Amino acid sequence: MGTARLYAAVAGSGFRRYATYRVATAAGVFTNTVFGLILAYLFIALWDSKPHLGGYDQAQALTYVWVSQGLLMVVAMMGGGFEDELIERIRTGDIAIDLYRPADLQLWWLAQDMGRALFHLLGRGVVPLLFGALVFDLALPSDPLTWLAFLVAVALGVAVGFSIRFLVALSAFWLLDGAGVAQLTSIAGIFCSGMLLPLNVFPGALGEVVRVLPWASLIQAPVDVLLGTADPLGTYALQAAWAIALLAAGRLVQSVATRRVVVQGG
Amino acid sequence: MATDGETAAPGGEPAPEAPLIELDGVEKVFDVRRRTGFLRGERRQVRAVDSISFTVRRGEMVGYIGPNGAGKSTTIKMLTGILTPSGGRLRVAGLDPSRERTRVARRIGVVFGQRTTLWWDLPLIDSYRLMHRMYRVPDARFRENLDRCVELLELGELLEVPVRQLSLGQRMRGDIAAALLHDPEVLYLDEPTIGLDVVSKVRVREFLRDLNAERGTTVLLTTHDLTDIEQLCRRVMVIDHGRLMYDGALSGLHAVGESERTLVVDLERELPPIEAESARVVKVEGPRQWLAFPAGTSAAPLVARIAADYPLVDLSVREPDIEAVISRMYAGKAVS
Amino acid sequence: MKAGGTAVRETAVRVVDVHPFERQGAYERLRDGLRAYRLITAMWIRSTMAYRASFAMTAFGNFAATALDFAAILLMFSRVDRLGGYSLPEVALLYGVSGVAFGFADLALGSMDRLGRRVRDGTLDTLLVRPVPVLAQVAADRFALRRLGRITQGLLVVGYALAVLDIHWTPLKVLLMPVMLLSGAGIFSAVFVAGAAFQFVAQDASEVQNSFTYGGNTLLQYPPTVFAKDMLRGVTFVLPLAFVNWLPALYVLGRPYPLDLPEWVAFAPPVVAALCCALAGIAWRAGLRAYRSTGS
Repeated sequence: MGTARLYAAVAGSGFRRYATYRVATAAGVFTNTVFGLILAYLFIALWDSKPHLGGYDQAQALTYVWVSQGLLMVVAMMGGGFEDELIERIRTGDIAIDLYRPADLQLWWLAQDMGRALFHLLGRGVVPLLFGALVFDLALPSDPLTWLAFLVAVALGVAVGFSIRFLVALSAFWLLDGAGVAQLTSIAGIFCSGMLLPLNVFPGALGEVVRVLPWASLIQAPVDVLLGTADPLGTYALQAAWAIALLAAGRLVQSVATRRVVVQGG
Repeated sequence: MATDGETAAPGGEPAPEAPLIELDGVEKVFDVRRRTGFLRGERRQVRAVDSISFTVRRGEMVGYIGPNGAGKSTTIKMLTGILTPSGGRLRVAGLDPSRERTRVARRIGVVFGQRTTLWWDLPLIDSYRLMHRMYRVPDARFRENLDRCVELLELGELLEVPVRQLSLGQRMRGDIAAALLHDPEVLYLDEPTIGLDVVSKVRVREFLRDLNAERGTTVLLTTHDLTDIEQLCRRVMVIDHGRLMYDGALSGLHAVGESERTLVVDLERELPPIEAESARVVKVEGPRQWLAFPAGTSAAPLVARIAADYPLVDLSVREPDIEAVISRMYAGKAVS
Repeated sequence: MKAGGTAVRETAVRVVDVHPFERQGAYERLRDGLRAYRLITAMWIRSTMAYRASFAMTAFGNFAATALDFAAILLMFSRVDRLGGYSLPEVALLYGVSGVAFGFADLALGSMDRLGRRVRDGTLDTLLVRPVPVLAQVAADRFALRRLGRITQGLLVVGYALAVLDIHWTPLKVLLMPVMLLSGAGIFSAVFVAGAAFQFVAQDASEVQNSFTYGGNTLLQYPPTVFAKDMLRGVTFVLPLAFVNWLPALYVLGRPYPLDLPEWVAFAPPVVAALCCALAGIAWRAGLRAYRSTGS
């Protein structure tokens, strides 16, 4: 009970930390809206040329644009979550202090990132989606259960996104400059998450591959649950499998890294 | 015409008739917005510097002190051309810093204690080489100044180290050297010893004293550490709430500040502040209380009074120090 | 001789109380600014070149990250033949020109979006006590040659487009190619500077700048026929990004302009770029002046 309260408090602090930057939030909403507009018109042109591309109709494609703009920050697609701070702590050696805390390193940062994601869902996600719904014809479901199913998929997506970034951050234990790894995973993330183009539009074998990679859990999976174009349970299963596998990998790497720190004496 | 004060060669004869720094009724007013609700806010004007006038002659070393938010940094920022005054007249070497920022910048050196002017990610020597070109310092002069600073500030081993890896004391020495490579006529130091260890403090002070004595560089420094002032400055200016409260010799501060002595009283247990007519409680910490009373009066009646009414364990009398004098000055101002 | 001359000039200046910005001529300021910019960038390049392997890796990363945009376009064209009526090579030309123009501006001024942070943490003050223009110092800060990756990628795409497209070349069209790249860089540079100037007022708003720089670049990668009339009006008459590549490139491609614009607008980019830079300069001045009077 006590630990649950601890992690809830950590999540709360993650939420509040981002909530203090009101101007930055407003500026970010503006950016998401601008990019949403550009992509929306691009998708209209695409779906005009080829109706039912990737199995979506035009309204579904537009919904994809606006929901994905809303989710970009939530799943911290392009980084900008906790990992910069964690890398900095590893580099400066402050991590040694964290390792001796009663709280678990991975759970602590996960809780913090969940708090951040919740804020970004409310602060950065809602307004672009509302704007999109006002300006374009979207295929938003009216059934509250579908929305609930969507939120579950978002939460799982955040967990997968976190576990990827956690691994990236831990690489700083071995690599002098973690920027290269961060850049690589960010590139992979942008391409394989469906941020540029829905993954079901990707052709042939490439499409088959990207749709089962962990990045598919971040944006494609929640949007498909919302649109009703994917079976929620099957989607959850894939997301959860990745989340568990990657969190376990993170835990393994963490224990190796911890031993290293202990051996080196901090 | 061409040979007035400002053209005196650096390190040459001082020109007493033309002050290097002149402030006449200088003001700085800020609009401060404060959030009072989710979207509501209120605006009000804050006079950070309120009609300050003083002059500094060439070769002087002046301490500029006051509590946080008194207007010290704002004054320095106006003198260096960072901020534009809201009113009054301000000249440095005959130039208006706010209007001729770059020209003034060539003739002054600035050291901020809290942030570095060096390039954070690059080795110290890279910053110096860049300063060399940026300030257009003649090569021989640059070599000479750099060698001197490296020797006196013991920077030799640090030149190839990126600034972010330097300790606070090392970085401060590096910053002071950077501010002096172009032979500035005046050096402004904003909290130069803040956060430094004792050894670094001593070294920085020694260096500044030598600089002033040998090169005649005018120095204006703000500080929290009154030891800086005691060891470096014959003249001190005190500012509070944007007003100049005192300008004169360090020794004169006590007289102006209506010196008080302090009676430190240890009671048996924690009690509410002691009530006594001739003294006031300035601090309470557990069972210990500090009472201030005028330096001119005797402590005996006060002690007798307290001993009669309170469970006294121990007591001692402390003589006024500068800090107390200055805080007394502030207190006096706040009451009036 | 030199010292005497300076003193006389200073004395004269003191007598006549002129407007603050007339004391140092615009020409002198520009010269000093460019010199300082050159000095600072040279320092950063030297320090980058000390770690060649790291430089090569990050430059490649920059190249690869920007290439992904084009990969997405290739993916789209694997499913459709035309986008807004344009073929792949035509879109590639638009994409490449915008990418190169943006790349030059990003290389030259890419650190300007850090201005808000500098205002917040107070390090802007340290730039104000140096005897060179602040704009040059902010622009040159952390100059990163790895951004050549984006320019290289854009040039390759332009090369591909020109090789595949069957353009009816005239001397004017040939001349227009380099003019469009440079003017486009000028227009994007103005957006970078204006965005930074806005951060004097709103320090946390660097993302707004991103939506005009990165967002503008994304917009220009696709044909104008894709977008709504109001958006086209906005990027033609308000924030004239359309002059970066759309209008001149459509002339080269022999395609009709959006919004029924006259043919000569294809040659307007240099003028538009100059105008934008002038306006951005004014905005920067105003921002810096506001900072120096409020201190925050």
